[in-house]
Amino acid sequence: MILPIVRTALVSLRRDRAALALAFMLPVGFFTIFAVIFGGMHDTTPKITVILVDEDQSAASHQLAQGLEREASLTVLLRPASKEKSAQPDYTAATAEAAVKAGDSPVALIIPKSFGQHPIAFGPSENATQIELLNDASDMIAPQVVSGLLQKAAMTSMPVTMAEQGMKYTDRYIGGLTPAQRKTMESNLDDLRKLQSSGSLNTASSSAGGFSGGIVSVHARAVVGEDKKSPAVSYYAAAVGVMFLLFTASGSAGALLDEAESGTLDRVLSSRVTMTSLLAGKLTYNTLLAFTQLTVMFVWASAVFHVDLAGHIPGFIVMGISTAVAVAAFGMLLASMCHTRAQLGAISTLLILAMSSIGGSMFPRYLMPENMQKAGMFTINAWAIEGFTKVFWRDLPVTALWQQVSVLIGVAIVLFLVARRIARRWEFA
Amino acid sequence: MASAPAVPVSSSATLPLSIDGLVKRFGALTAVDGVSLDVRQSECLGLLGPNGAGKSTVIRAIVGRVIPDSGSITLFGARADSTAARESLGWVPQELAIYPRLTCRENLTAFGRYHGLAGKQLAESVAWCLDWAALQDRAKDLAGKLSGGMKRRLNMAAGIIHRPRVVLMDEPTVGVDPQSRNRIFEMIEALRAQGTAIVYTTHYMEEAERLCDRIAIIDHGRIIALGTKEELVHNAFASRSQVLARFAGSEDRIAAWVESHGGRIVDSTAEFTIERSIEIGTLLESAAKDGFELEDVSLRRPNLESVFLHLTGRELRE
Repeated sequence: MILPIVRTALVSLRRDRAALALAFMLPVGFFTIFAVIFGGMHDTTPKITVILVDEDQSAASHQLAQGLEREASLTVLLRPASKEKSAQPDYTAATAEAAVKAGDSPVALIIPKSFGQHPIAFGPSENATQIELLNDASDMIAPQVVSGLLQKAAMTSMPVTMAEQGMKYTDRYIGGLTPAQRKTMESNLDDLRKLQSSGSLNTASSSAGGFSGGIVSVHARAVVGEDKKSPAVSYYAAAVGVMFLLFTASGSAGALLDEAESGTLDRVLSSRVTMTSLLAGKLTYNTLLAFTQLTVMFVWASAVFHVDLAGHIPGFIVMGISTAVAVAAFGMLLASMCHTRAQLGAISTLLILAMSSIGGSMFPRYLMPENMQKAGMFTINAWAIEGFTKVFWRDLPVTALWQQVSVLIGVAIVLFLVARRIARRWEFA
Repeated sequence: MASAPAVPVSSSATLPLSIDGLVKRFGALTAVDGVSLDVRQSECLGLLGPNGAGKSTVIRAIVGRVIPDSGSITLFGARADSTAARESLGWVPQELAIYPRLTCRENLTAFGRYHGLAGKQLAESVAWCLDWAALQDRAKDLAGKLSGGMKRRLNMAAGIIHRPRVVLMDEPTVGVDPQSRNRIFEMIEALRAQGTAIVYTTHYMEEAERLCDRIAIIDHGRIIALGTKEELVHNAFASRSQVLARFAGSEDRIAAWVESHGGRIVDSTAEFTIERSIEIGTLLESAAKDGFELEDVSLRRPNLESVFLHLTGRELRE
C-alpha cells in the first residue's frame, strides 16, 4: 500500500511545475547566491573604498600613501571621480568628510600636516601625530579593515622612517651614542635609503597580517551615525520591510488570478471597468497596502528601537511611496505573468528571495563581492534600502533622494506597462 | 411552459437583442457557426443544447468577452461593444462570480459602482436586488458563507444591479436544489413581468419548457431548430406520438426486434413513433407473436428531449 501512495505523489509532483521549481530550483538557486557571496569566488573579493587626504605631503606621508595604494583590498581615492574629463581637485579634509557623509565612501583617512615629523609612535604615551579616520558607522567592517591595513602599510612601506625613529628612541632612552656608533648608524640608514629609493626593498610584501598594535597613531571618528542609538535598526527596518512588501504585493496582486479563475474578472470587465482602470485600481490598492505596511514597520521601530521617524517624516513619505509603488507594480507583473496561484507562489518566492539576498535585505551589500554588489543594483531592494539609509542614517534632505525615487518610480512605470500588456490575455478570447 | 406574451413586431433597431451570422473559431474548432437570433421585449429565449454546443460562447460574445470572427450583435440597434449597449445588458455568468469575502450588500454595491451607479440610485438598486433575490435577511452575511442556492441568487442579483433591459443567464441553476431552483424561476418570471428580455441557456429541458417563450436548439455551434415548444415538437413530429414499451427477455433479441419495427432502445426502453394511437395494438400483437413478454407500455406526446434526440440522434445530456 505504501508504493501506490508514493507513486501517486510522484506523478502529482511531476505535473506540478510550481512545486517542482520550489523543491529543486529554489534550494540550488539560493545555495549558488550564498556561495557566491560568502565563499568560492575569491577573484571578486570585496574591495573597500577609502578616501585619502595627504595634508602633510612629506616623504613619510607619501610612502604611507603609496603603501595604502598597493593594498589589493583597498581602492584609494585621492579625488572625486572625474566628470566629463574635467579633472577634479584632490579631496580636502572637509570634502572627504562630506563624501563619507554622502555615502561615497565608508572611510576617509586624513594625514595631518605634522605627520612627517612624528610618523610613528612606539607606545601609548608618545605624542605622535594622529591620522584621522573618518567613518560611516553603518559600515562596521570597513573602518576595522582600513585601520589594520594602515598599520600594515606603515610597517612595510616606511622602513627608513621606522629605522630612523627606532634609532632616535634608542638614542634617547638607552643613552647617548658614541660618535663612532652614530656614524655607523647613519651609514646603515643611508644604505637603507638607497635600497628603498632604488626599489630593491620589497615594501609590498608583508607578514604583518593581523597586526593591530597601533604603530601609526589613529584617531577614528564616525561622521555619520555617531548620534544614532541603534545603528542597524533603521537599516533592517527598511531592508526587511522591503522584502516583506514584495511578498505581500505579489500575494495581493494574486487576487487577480483568483478573480480570473472564479469568473469575477470577466464580470467586472463586462461592466464599465476597463482592464487599464482595473489594473490601475489594483496598483493603487497594493501601493497603499505596501505603504501602510512600511509605516507600521517604522512606527514599531520608532517606538521600540528608537528610530527617529518623527524627525524624518518627509523623507519617509517620499521613499515609502516610491518603494510601495515599485513593489506593487512588481506584484502586478508577476500576477499577470502567472496562470495559477501555485505558479505565482513558486515564482514570487524564487524571485523575491533572490532579489532580497543580492539587494541587501538579508545582509548589507558592502559585505558582498563587487560583482554581486553591482548585480544588486538591478533589484528594488537595493534602491529602496539606499534611499531609506539616506533618510534615516545620513540625515540627507528629500532632494538628495532624486536618484532613488527616479529609479523606483521608473521601475514601477515600466513594470506596470509590461503587466498591462501581458494582461491582454484576460481581456478577450 | 410559461405562456408566450403578446410580442410586438419589432425592427432590428428596437429589438432588445439581434444576432446576425455570428461565427467564432478557437483554432481549428468552430465553436459558433453562423448563429442568427432575435430576442424581443419581455421575451425569454432559451438556448438549449448539450455541454460544448456553443451556448456559453454565444453568451460571451454578446457580453463582449469573446470577439467574434464574423457576424454582428446589436442591442436596441447599438453595437454590442458600445457603451449604450453595455448599459442595457446584464450578465449572469455560469460561475459564481462574486467576492466571497464581501457581504451580500457589499457585493451588490461593488458591482453597482462598476456599472457607474452611485448615491441614492445605488442604494435603491441594492435594496431592490436584495429584495428580488430574497436576500434581505442575509444582506450582512459574507457571500462565501451562504448556501449554494443563496450564492446563485446573489450571483444573479449582481448581474442585474444596474437594472438592464436585456439579461443573459448562463445556466443559473447549476448545482442548486429543487427548492432553490423554484425560487430562481420566480425571480426570472418577476424580471420578465417588468419587460426585461432574457436569454437563458440550459441543458435542462424542463427549465426551458417552463421558462422560455421560444427555444433555440443549438448543437455543434449551429441553431438546428428555433420556435416555441409546440412549434418545435410539431415540426419534428407533426401529430405523431411516442410509444414506450418494456419487454422481458434477452436484451439483444429485444433490440434486434425493436430495430426491425422502426424503433430504438433508450435506457432499456423501446421507443416507437406512431401516427395514430391504434398502431399500439398492432405493435403489441406483433411482440406477443414473436414471443416477447410485455412488462410496461405507455403513450407519450413528444417533448423537447424527443425533439433534440430526433434532430441530433443524441440525448441532451450526453
